[in-house]
Amino acid sequence: MKKEFTITVYTENQVGLLNRIAIIFSRRKINIDSLNVSPSEVESIHRFTIVINETEEVVRKLCFQIEKQVEVLKAYFNTNEEIIWQEMALYKVPTDAVAEKLKVERLLREYGARAVVIRKDYTIFETTGHREETDRLIHFLEPYGLIEFVRTARIAIIKASSGFHEKIKEFEAVEPAEELVENEFLNQGQAVFTM
Amino acid sequence: MSTTLDLSTKKETLTATKEAVVRELSGSQAVLEACIHEGVDTIFGYPGGAIMPIYDALYDYHDKLKHILVRHEQGGIHAGQGYARSSGKVGVVFATSGPGATNLVTGLADAMIDSTPLVCITGQVFAHLLGTDAFQETDVVNITTPVTKWNYQITDATEIPHVLAKAFYIARSGRPGPVLIDISKNAQIQKFNYEGYTRCNHIRSYRPKPIVRKEYIEEAARLINQAKKPFVIFGQGVILGKAEKEFKAFIEKSGIPAAWTILGLSALPTDHPQNVGMLGMHGNYGPNVLTNDCDVLIAVGMRFDDRVTGRLDKYAKQAQIIHLDIDPAEINKNVKVAVPVWGDCKETLPLLTQLVEEKQHKDWLALFNQYTAEEKAAVMDAELFPKSGEMTMGEVVQQLNELTHGDAIIVTDVGQHQMVACRYAKFNQSKSNITSGGLGTMGFALPAAIGAKFGAPERTVVAIIGDGGFQMTLQELGTIMQTGLNVKILILNNRFLGMVRQWQELFNDKRYSFVDIQSPDYVQLAKAYGIAGSSVSERNDLRTALSNMLQSEGSYLLEVMVGKENNVFPMVPQGCSVSEIRLK
Repeated sequence: MKKEFTITVYTENQVGLLNRIAIIFSRRKINIDSLNVSPSEVESIHRFTIVINETEEVVRKLCFQIEKQVEVLKAYFNTNEEIIWQEMALYKVPTDAVAEKLKVERLLREYGARAVVIRKDYTIFETTGHREETDRLIHFLEPYGLIEFVRTARIAIIKASSGFHEKIKEFEAVEPAEELVENEFLNQGQAVFTM
Repeated sequence: MSTTLDLSTKKETLTATKEAVVRELSGSQAVLEACIHEGVDTIFGYPGGAIMPIYDALYDYHDKLKHILVRHEQGGIHAGQGYARSSGKVGVVFATSGPGATNLVTGLADAMIDSTPLVCITGQVFAHLLGTDAFQETDVVNITTPVTKWNYQITDATEIPHVLAKAFYIARSGRPGPVLIDISKNAQIQKFNYEGYTRCNHIRSYRPKPIVRKEYIEEAARLINQAKKPFVIFGQGVILGKAEKEFKAFIEKSGIPAAWTILGLSALPTDHPQNVGMLGMHGNYGPNVLTNDCDVLIAVGMRFDDRVTGRLDKYAKQAQIIHLDIDPAEINKNVKVAVPVWGDCKETLPLLTQLVEEKQHKDWLALFNQYTAEEKAAVMDAELFPKSGEMTMGEVVQQLNELTHGDAIIVTDVGQHQMVACRYAKFNQSKSNITSGGLGTMGFALPAAIGAKFGAPERTVVAIIGDGGFQMTLQELGTIMQTGLNVKILILNNRFLGMVRQWQELFNDKRYSFVDIQSPDYVQLAKAYGIAGSSVSERNDLRTALSNMLQSEGSYLLEVMVGKENNVFPMVPQGCSVSEIRLK
């Protein structure tokens, strides 16, 4: 049976690794519902959080394929019961609509929203929560002239993750990461003859 | 470029000890130094604009590194594969950017699926031109990502020694595979302070071998010792792990019959009494049928490819399966396993051998031989020793066996001739069967045979190729001509794309759709390249022709006209269980 799984991958910080991981899914025609990549608490080690809807059997095999990549340290997969997760959403609405028609107080209380910016022309609210929660606020704001909406990918903490933090720190301490090398030459070679 | 300063601060201690040996090299020279330090003796390649600095450096290294100029980059990479497979070393291939690099893709995919260690170096446009659609610019790293074990783009020469060390290490360690390093032209030209070359033997995020778990070895031994009808199936893992001896010791002590996948072929001598033959779609009768009869199935270094298993839900359901593999992702991928034995079989097999009881499974082995007898009567006698009618592929291979006594390296292409050669060729030693297994790349054999000969110059190399596959890469005759290499080319010409025709006959009501292929005069063609050749269409001439081919001084092309519509049997039709294998 298919259900939502959250895959957490610890990796090196390396150009092109995102592609290597992404094609493990696309090769099998599996859609990635949500993807977050950012440095972990240890800067040279990056953390991917990938949400897909698949059977456990498929997810297990995917994780083996991910771990096979040279620059992947570890891949975990968890059901929603095994994690705490959040997404953040920003909503931009016309300020006059908010001021005149909307009970801002109700909005703030019921949806746990927070006003990030209030300007004459627009106001930006922010909420964090599960997908359904941020979705509900879209529906609520739609009639008031929602101008723009954006949502982050899921980030998740694995409930049974005691020792993760120490393990990663220790790993980095024992053997520090190699330096990331990027292309230093873009836009620098106007005068170079290329053949 | 002021990269030298960075280095001296970063690796202060290193520079201190190595100060005496620091010298200024170009990126290109560093590439060639890396090759030398990795023990590379032969490079297959083709120059072009973006790799010219490396070729310029090569001019001064020609006494240390042999470079073979191929006729097409695909030929180059297949040659690299052939070299790797016959020598057990890493194959090295050079190509230029853009079309040069994209021509490598088929070979990379082939090497990836067949776990062949390769390091491919491609030139790339200047780093400042990346992303500008410059002349011969292609996003090679991204094109090759799915078909490489690892790839990396270098835009700064200081990275070269260290990245190439990683490349060779990744290519050859663990489950081997192809690695591609794309080097921008500026990095090839750039001069930097070269601090010497250190081979890589560790990457912090990469675990080439899983840790061997004793409890699983014990569990596996327990199952094997209780088994009444145990059956070993082995693949290329035995060869890649250089574990032929360990494997032989294991089956000889345990007395278990063993069958092979086509990439496992030659890991165990064909004539070994416990070698019961080939698995899979065109494998032998007994091994396929008895897969569904054994009680414990021991898979060593193989990956349960669909051509081996047939229909999965009817594959060895009665058996408890023990899987020895170095790649954790292979275990439970296709077939549910009772005991996973993670690890390099060179380490795990001896541990297992220690724990298994010495046994002889005489009755069980006799059952395999019964099936062999049945297959012999129904298929093999007519295929190997026909008295009349058109020549068969099988009799050509049989005659070849009698002349080479199983000592030759046989390189095959893809199709009917490949199945026939794998079924009937005799091998006494490992690394002797070179074929495109997983990808099924037509056109593989001729260039791979060239590489195989460079990898094992003392051995006879016979490329058995169909008339279809030969026409895909026949440009490499030019490489043979120019190198004066001694490769025997045996074309089995049935004037059809035989395997597809066979399927069309059996499953598409003989609707022969575009399988009727014409050939040029191969003997004349060989002659144009200065290669001796002949063609035979009469049975009476076959033996002499084969013998002439083997005894000729240099390369030789022999075309044998075989039956147009012969089929390869036995066959497990697609969608059927291995035990539903057909003898006709």
